[in-house]
Amino acid sequence: MADDKDSGEMRLQEIQKKIKDAFEVFDHESNDTVDVREIGTIIRSLGCCPSEGELHDLIAEVEEEEPTGYIRLEKFLPMMVKVLLERRYRPIPEDLLLQAFEVLDSAKEGFLTKEELVKYMTEEGEPFTQEEMEEMLSAALDPETNTIQYRDYLAMMVIDEN
Amino acid sequence: MGCNSSIQYEDRKSEKAIKAAVLIQNWYRGYKSRLELRRRQAMNIFESIEYADEQDQLQLANFFSFMLENYTTNNKDSSESLSQLFVNTTKRKLEPETFIRNINVPDTYYGPRLKFPLTFSDVILLIDAFKENQILHARYVLQLLQEVKKVLQQLPNIVPVTSTLSKDLTICGDIHGKLDDLFLIFYKNGLPSGNNRYIFNGDFVDRGQNSMEVLMVLFSFLLVYPSDVYLNRGNHEDYLMNMRYGFTKEIMQKYKEHGGKILRFLEEVYTWLPIGTIIDEKILVIHGGIAENTDLNILKQIKRNKMKSVLMPPITHSGVNLKYGHHDLPLSSISAIDQLSKIEWEQMVNILWSDPRSKKGCHLNTSRGGGCYFGPDVTTNVLDKFALKMIIRSHECKPEGYDICHDGKIITVFSASNYYEEGSNRGAYIKLGQDNVPRFFQYQSNHITQGKTLHERVDIVESAAFKILGERMISRQSSLIKAFHKYDPNNTGKISVRDWAKATEEVLELSLPWLSLCPRVVKMIENGYVLYEMGFKDMPVVKAPQEAKSATIETLVRYRSDLKIIFNIIDRDQSGLISMDEFRAMWKLFSSHYNIDIEDAHVDQLANSMDLNKDGSIDFNEFLTAFDVVHRLDRNSVKSQN
Repeated sequence: MADDKDSGEMRLQEIQKKIKDAFEVFDHESNDTVDVREIGTIIRSLGCCPSEGELHDLIAEVEEEEPTGYIRLEKFLPMMVKVLLERRYRPIPEDLLLQAFEVLDSAKEGFLTKEELVKYMTEEGEPFTQEEMEEMLSAALDPETNTIQYRDYLAMMVIDEN
Repeated sequence: MGCNSSIQYEDRKSEKAIKAAVLIQNWYRGYKSRLELRRRQAMNIFESIEYADEQDQLQLANFFSFMLENYTTNNKDSSESLSQLFVNTTKRKLEPETFIRNINVPDTYYGPRLKFPLTFSDVILLIDAFKENQILHARYVLQLLQEVKKVLQQLPNIVPVTSTLSKDLTICGDIHGKLDDLFLIFYKNGLPSGNNRYIFNGDFVDRGQNSMEVLMVLFSFLLVYPSDVYLNRGNHEDYLMNMRYGFTKEIMQKYKEHGGKILRFLEEVYTWLPIGTIIDEKILVIHGGIAENTDLNILKQIKRNKMKSVLMPPITHSGVNLKYGHHDLPLSSISAIDQLSKIEWEQMVNILWSDPRSKKGCHLNTSRGGGCYFGPDVTTNVLDKFALKMIIRSHECKPEGYDICHDGKIITVFSASNYYEEGSNRGAYIKLGQDNVPRFFQYQSNHITQGKTLHERVDIVESAAFKILGERMISRQSSLIKAFHKYDPNNTGKISVRDWAKATEEVLELSLPWLSLCPRVVKMIENGYVLYEMGFKDMPVVKAPQEAKSATIETLVRYRSDLKIIFNIIDRDQSGLISMDEFRAMWKLFSSHYNIDIEDAHVDQLANSMDLNKDGSIDFNEFLTAFDVVHRLDRNSVKSQN
């Protein structure tokens, strides 16, 4: 029992430290505040995958009553601890991602054409900016065939991340 | 019936597709963010080391003051050389025009041959030549500098600009010798001309590989369009800064024979650059920032060319009887005529070095060692006092190339993309539209990283950051070990990661997330304890002569840039040699001021044993290069810091 409590304590401390570390990277003036525009990056870099819509809700939770453009660690920390402890917005497992690509691959050919991917990513869902699109293509596109071999792409990304 | 269900099927299908798209977008954004975090961490490392270096400058400036104020009249030798030093830096004679015109340009030179007055086609020739990696001959460099000086001397300290509908006005920030960025801006935005006006807000040189070419292009456009091209002085338009940050080295490498002359001319030309521009009496464009006592009225009437270098603040003499040997002017009168008053000096330093911050008030800029941190209240007060609408400044590298703060009143524009390393940041420029509303344009030049994925680019930035962090640590290794020992009274060879972080931050004086950096930097961690005697990961090696003691090595690595500057100043004729006497005298002063615990005799011995003694002179570049830092992973065997 006591062990559980201790390891629970430790886990909480670890989580808090992780959050503080990520926050610190964007805290340019070392005054425990970050620009609200960086919150999405911070949350995602902690391993969570909220959608843009979910992100907006999270930001609304931690903004000041009169938004200043800055988010304080004081408010961010407890919110983020809860998110991590409750394991919300978990990263997407590889097999689910693969399925997603397969859904878009209407012809079931095992690859997407550049046009197909661009169309979906920039016109549907929570559309990519041109920059995001270009960046994804730079790694995903096979320049010889002008297609996205999504199985290979995913395999490579998984290795990259680890 | 059939139609209905097929529509439903289509709906369901597209619903699935949308869900799939969102999933993929979601995942990708997460991936991107994790990379972005790493990139920012690397940028933070670069930034804190850059600012720590700037702090060292303050120490160097203090050393110069110390040197000049504290020589004794007893030692005639040292007083002569020191006063000569001061005379030298304030009254170096420039080559007369006739001499420059008579510099011979050999037939083998295929670069552009400029004729003055310059025309637009001359500048095009110049640009084309630079694109072919040609070097402009020293004679044309000198002639150009001469002409530019004449033009600059006519300008007031703060140059007024009136915006007009028919002419575009573009403002660029730091370029730092990145010729490809300058060409990219011209490509996107057009060359400067009567209808396409440009303001370049300082820091044209240092760090990049083509400071000379950038300067030549900017100066030539200034000559061709003097009413449409505006150049403001930045903190790097400073001959002593250039010694530290690369421009001096670039010049000496590209111009072996005439490099010294070019350097002396540059010293002068820099001091004539205007302090700032003011657009429609509403928008102030200056390089750094302001302080609470910034006074445009003072700035408008100071003699700006008296500010030689931020490293040589005005000195005050406490009435010591000065023996000046055979010189014409006594030291005290040189000081009075050729220096700014303390107030004027501060006003200028603040303009060139300050940074905006969200904290209210005005505080000393401790990171940089010069200028202030100014808060939004300071901005409001100064803008109100002088009826200004906003300030456009540069000086700080921003990931997106620009930044807006203090409620829109302070805009930062930074035009050197990939400033720290390929992939580190974008560059930007500003176009002022109707009603002077700024529009921002971004870019990133990328020949090394072209074709590299986001992941690879972040890897590059990250490893570069850790490289220089390693260099920093090795130059303070003995202090680090001492500090670690303090936390390990029983000599177990290990300390907690927490203590390691504390000690490292104390010694290196860099506020970085040491707790997280620890596993990336140390070789061995066991159960949360750092085995500090096992050393650091991927540490660079210092190649040094065997006779050198480790303390000496460390000092010479650590104070490399400072020593280089000091030697360069003593070396009057820029020959690369100073006398052993001068070397000894300087080392004595240096080690006492910097509290260095190395016997003077040892350093002497070293210089002698390294056989650098050529007719009683020491080749100081060779001396310093002998203590270069080499990275094991570098293919080239020499990687010298500047």
